Amino acid sequence: MPEITFDAEVDITDKVCPLTFVKAKVSLEELEEGEVLAIRMNDGEPVQNVPRSMKEEGHQVLKLKDNEDGTYTLYVKKVEA
Amino acid sequence: MPLTDEQIERYSRHIILKEVGAKGQNKLLKAKVLIIGAGGLGAPAAMYLAAAGVGTIGIADADEVDLSNLQRQIIHGTADVGKAKVKSARETINQMNPDVTVNTYRTFVSSENIRELIRDYDFIIDGTDNFPAKFLINDACVMEKKPFSHAGIIRFKGQLMTYVPGEGPCYRCVFKNPPPKDAVPTCKQAGVIGAMGGVIGSLQAMEAIKYIIGKGQLLTGSLLTYDALTMEFHKIKLPKDTHNCPVCGEHPTITELIDYEQAECDMK
Repeated sequence: MPEITFDAEVDITDKVCPLTFVKAKVSLEELEEGEVLAIRMNDGEPVQNVPRSMKEEGHQVLKLKDNEDGTYTLYVKKVEA
Repeated sequence: MPLTDEQIERYSRHIILKEVGAKGQNKLLKAKVLIIGAGGLGAPAAMYLAAAGVGTIGIADADEVDLSNLQRQIIHGTADVGKAKVKSARETINQMNPDVTVNTYRTFVSSENIRELIRDYDFIIDGTDNFPAKFLINDACVMEKKPFSHAGIIRFKGQLMTYVPGEGPCYRCVFKNPPPKDAVPTCKQAGVIGAMGGVIGSLQAMEAIKYIIGKGQLLTGSLLTYDALTMEFHKIKLPKDTHNCPVCGEHPTITELIDYEQAECDMK
């Protein structure tokens, strides 16, 4: 599978819930419709909650990549409500 | 302007909300709300708006803090007795949130100053305790095309409605003229349960916030009443027909502001 191209990235490994999602959401709001944000997050709670919250807001979750260093990168395509 | 890390954390519970987000929070930070009366209604309204990050809050009030205010005017404390209410309110807000700029106006609103006062603001909150001021605020807001929240509280009852220019009835459409002097007791004579200001003033803050972020339905065309003893809220639909109103109607007969006389016992 080809690498996903993205338009912006944000690292939320320094945050805990709910600021993980909040920081990612603020970054996504700065993008245009259809652009892709790469979100680097820790394993555990963020991996469970951030993709779900992004879907609830109507955005398209493209892929969750295991970086094999205890972090994951989530690719989200912005969909305007 | 992008939100700082500190702002993202401070307003995180707002930003999480789909209806707010960073966009809505930025609208709040740019918004200017004027609160007329830093009393039972104005105190909680000002505090929730300050906590919400409304960037500019104006407060107009000529009075000083009195010991008898403290049962409901939660923006003031015991140490503030004797202090100008606008000063006491500004100090509380400054402590709560450094993002907020507070403009203070130590004055009674009148036909002479109100239009200029409200001109700079996006939304007005009527937190006054007398009919002359309520009609004055309504007429001035209609003339200056400003949205505002009306509210009144007495004993165990409260009410509020929202006026948005071009979207339904104004306060005068509903109530026509002030009642004769002394026909209706004021809070001073009748009493008011302190938490009533908290309920209704907070609802006024909520209306201002919804107006600013542009979400949800406002109390335009409706009067919400609350009776704390029976614990009932009623949303009363108001007549849509505004064209005969003497101030917001098609052919207004009130084109100048009126300073109605106030009952003497309230002038203290």
